[in-house]
Amino acid sequence: MKFKEDQPSDETLDLVCRMCPLHLMEPGDRLKCMKKGQVLEVLTDYDGALEDIPEWCRKHGQEFIGLEEDDDCYKLYIKKTK
Amino acid sequence: MNLIYMDHASATPVREQVIKAMVPYFDLQFGNPSAVYDMGFNIKQVIEEQRAHVARLIGAKANEIIFASSGAEANNLAIKGVALAGQKKGKHIIISAIEHHSVLNSARFLERMDFEVTFLPVDEHGLVDPERLAKVIRPETILVSVMHANNEIGTIQAISELSSICREKGVIFHTDAVASVGNIPVDVNVLGVDLLSLSGISLGAPKGTGALYFKKNIRLMPLIHGGIQEMGRRGGTENVPGIVGLGKASELAANEISAKKDQLQKLRELLVSGIQEKIKKVTLTGHPDKRLPGHASFCIEAIEGEALIYMLNQDGIYSNTGSACASKALKTSPVLVAIGVPPDLAQGSVVFTMNNNSVQEVRYVLEKLASAVEKLRSLSPIWREKTA
Repeated sequence: MKFKEDQPSDETLDLVCRMCPLHLMEPGDRLKCMKKGQVLEVLTDYDGALEDIPEWCRKHGQEFIGLEEDDDCYKLYIKKTK
Repeated sequence: MNLIYMDHASATPVREQVIKAMVPYFDLQFGNPSAVYDMGFNIKQVIEEQRAHVARLIGAKANEIIFASSGAEANNLAIKGVALAGQKKGKHIIISAIEHHSVLNSARFLERMDFEVTFLPVDEHGLVDPERLAKVIRPETILVSVMHANNEIGTIQAISELSSICREKGVIFHTDAVASVGNIPVDVNVLGVDLLSLSGISLGAPKGTGALYFKKNIRLMPLIHGGIQEMGRRGGTENVPGIVGLGKASELAANEISAKKDQLQKLRELLVSGIQEKIKKVTLTGHPDKRLPGHASFCIEAIEGEALIYMLNQDGIYSNTGSACASKALKTSPVLVAIGVPPDLAQGSVVFTMNNNSVQEVRYVLEKLASAVEKLRSLSPIWREKTA
């Protein structure tokens, strides 16, 4: 697992309080509206996302940059590569 | 005997166009909206069209609407959903003293979970004082909820003033607009609210329908965990016919609402002035002007509201003593207590909520009401004592 601190992002998707499988549906929709090279920050409090999102990135050809944990939630960073 | 229905705050008749729009979704279009084949996909599209209709009625965006089973569920989702999602920031919420039971009891439920609730008093017309609200907000306050219009006394709050205080202090603001949406123009941008509840019962949509407007940056803990329905904020297969009914009713209301307001106001003025002229010792409850256009509520001295409603029923007139849910409890209305109506006077509460009524109907009600009050008072020892 890659941990990051102060990772800049272009857009934020807040999925806190929302459960599986939203964390696998909404990032894809949001990335469609973003430009190649931009970074999406995904906020979630769902533990399963820590495994699912890197795996989703691998399957869909997007780059998983890493994650940061704070008191409130996890922040996962995805770079749009295609 | 023709039936005169003046209890539109409890329920409105489902309009013919609404029923017509709903029928195919009980019948040919019965599929599950989450199914990936054509029927499911098409029904999902229809749900999104209805979401846009509801959003348009209140000046919102379609993706800011969550469908619910009632105004009560929308209120529960707003109060508990915001509180449970935001409890790390603070555990203090503020509601007005005249909220509907679905807000009041959601707040009481949160008290059992160690939240602190401030019940904000109102003045004699039922209005919340903005300065008082500003004073009770604390650093740990996460939510304020004040209803737009009160179903029992008709008073319309200065919501934009209250919401702007909350915005300045970074506190989320919710309004229960069940009594107002469908009766007066409502725009979430003008009101400046973060969340707003509405119900199909005020709109000519079927019972069992409602919606919550929420700003996209608001975190909500779902009450019903399940699948992907309603963007993961409310699980369970959608009530497709109900949603279509709510959407159609919203579409119709959006086109009619301004004209309706003037017509209802004239009927209300006729009813209020007639009652004040024909019946002695009667008090109009709620604000005289800042009130719902078709809403007239009174406390009549030395009579029992329930008895009066029963007598009017015998004459083919349907009205109410207060809220439909609370009147069966035979308890003094907390709303009337909050505006300072003495308990004995509060027993004589009667509420008329009009919609597609006529001048002739109002005249008939005036005639029958005056005679029913006279009859009840002739049997009342309290009235004899007062008039001796």
